[in-house]
Amino acid sequence: MLRIPCPWCGERDVGEFHCGGEAHIARPSGADTIDDDAWAEYLFMRQNPKGSHHERWSHAHGCRRWFHVVRDTDSDQVLAVYLMNEAPPDLPGRSS
Amino acid sequence: MQKYSIFSLARNALTRHENWREAWRSPDPKPEYDVIIVGGGGHGLATAYYLAKEHGVTNVAVVEKGWLGGGNTGRNTTIVRSNYLWDESAGLYEHSLKLWEGLSQALNFNVMFSQRGVLNLAHNLHDLRELSRRVNANRLNGVDSEILSTDEVKAFCPLIDCSPDIRYPVLGASLQRRGGVARHDAVAWGFARAADALGVDIIQNCEVTGFQRTEGRVEGIETTRGIIKAKKVGVVAAGHSSVIAAMAGFRLPIESHPLQALVSEPVKPILDTVVMSNAVHAYISQSDKGEMVIGAGIDGYISYSQRGGFDVVEDTLQAVVELFPTLSRLRMLRQWGGIVDVCPDASPIIGKTPVDGLFINCGWGTGGFKATPGSGNVFAHTIAHDEPHPLNAAFSLDRFSSGALVDEHGAAAVAH
Ligand SMILES: Cc1cc2nc3c(=O)[nH]c(=O)nc-3n(C[C@H](O)[C@H](O)[C@H](O)COP(=O)(O)OP(=O)(O)OC[C@H]3O[C@@H](n4cnc5c(N)ncnc54)[C@H](O)[C@@H]3O)c2cc1C
Ligand SMILES: [Zn+2]
Repeated sequence: MLRIPCPWCGERDVGEFHCGGEAHIARPSGADTIDDDAWAEYLFMRQNPKGSHHERWSHAHGCRRWFHVVRDTDSDQVLAVYLMNEAPPDLPGRSS
Repeated sequence: MQKYSIFSLARNALTRHENWREAWRSPDPKPEYDVIIVGGGGHGLATAYYLAKEHGVTNVAVVEKGWLGGGNTGRNTTIVRSNYLWDESAGLYEHSLKLWEGLSQALNFNVMFSQRGVLNLAHNLHDLRELSRRVNANRLNGVDSEILSTDEVKAFCPLIDCSPDIRYPVLGASLQRRGGVARHDAVAWGFARAADALGVDIIQNCEVTGFQRTEGRVEGIETTRGIIKAKKVGVVAAGHSSVIAAMAGFRLPIESHPLQALVSEPVKPILDTVVMSNAVHAYISQSDKGEMVIGAGIDGYISYSQRGGFDVVEDTLQAVVELFPTLSRLRMLRQWGGIVDVCPDASPIIGKTPVDGLFINCGWGTGGFKATPGSGNVFAHTIAHDEPHPLNAAFSLDRFSSGALVDEHGAAAVAH
């Protein structure tokens, strides 16, 4: 089973967590001027990569805090964990 | 094509079944095709078949990175039904169900389509109201559908625990009698054989790695077996749709999740229908071999690993055992995962892409097996005519900009 390292509680079974999907999706500014395609990009379009994925997790059945995970979606290996207010770490040899 | 019949069976029995011809050829790719279909699952093979059969486009190749039906086509729990809520969906899924009803004859291949009925259970007042609304919508659209009371559920499927004291009591159900199950491999093989007979080249072990384009128009594909030119390309790659879209330079509103299923040891016939429950996340039927075939909900994160977590399996089995206490001591034989292409409105995307000549058919998520013939049929029309068939016009990629979503979460939910 996938084990997710909570920055506060340590590594726990995935069943304790809720995955919040792709991270770092910025809400577009100029809400009243941008066109429908720009809204579609923000609301619906996703990278959904086969490889490194920056995503949000919450320790729903634990400390209930949110944090970031970088995970390889091909191997399910967790590559890095960082806090909500931190910038994504540099992972040598990998593109996002 | 060597026709399958009782006579050919008898004739081949005389030579100890050693002279059957292979069901389809395995040709080397030609330098160029009129149409290339990327993905040799049921939907891709059906597309190729209908291109040749109904549109006279026979210079077609289906390019598959693994083996035919090795994706979700060969990994699903094979539930077929058409009781979706909205007019657009009812049109598309009912078109498919009608094709299922004549498919074994049309393909001269037994796809073992068995219309044993599909029950959708209601466990609370809200479920019941939603089901009634859906049944009424279905009937207005000419889709057979009816509501059963708890007593009628018990009479129709005695194996279900209908007592009022279980955690989620059965308050009623909808029933589509024309729904049922089919044999997944046979669907891939049947379409492959019939397409091959019409001249389609089926090329396995050939992975698409990129596209050739000039001025926004597709000119061919790059593969592990070299470059193959094409006037048009149709991508039908389920869980890998986003990966292929990225090769062509655009994004999709799709997320790829593991979806798991499992089968038990075989037992005597005890369940002669399909039972689904959205609320408790379980669906179950019994295969002709006697195995109980059980499907789960998706794992909550993106993955291409074709594996899921045991926590999801455990949830599903808890629900199954609560509904069917008889099954509590059955041992499970096999468990596996597929990668499903989940779309925000739980409806497929079938149509054009931002690249000219490149078409896409994806987003079927947890429930596209039932649509295999219908999806291939309308997608072939879309590719042949450069414009959608009336039945898939509403399922274009630009609905995510226009806002005209086809929200089928109620009908699709966890189940199929
Ligand atoms: C566990 C499970 C249970 C399900 N239960 C049901 C159900 O009961 N009822 C129902 O209606 N639906 C169900 N589904 C969904 C259903 O299986 C799918 O929607 C449907 O089979 C999709 O068919 P397809 O032909 O589009 O995809 P697939 O069969 O996945 O075919 C896509 C093909 O594309 C190939 N491919 C990918 N990338 C490349 C590349 N780069 N180059 C070449 N080829 C490539 C893959 O190898 C694959 O063979 C279930 C799915 C799963 C996983
Ligand atoms: Zn924690």
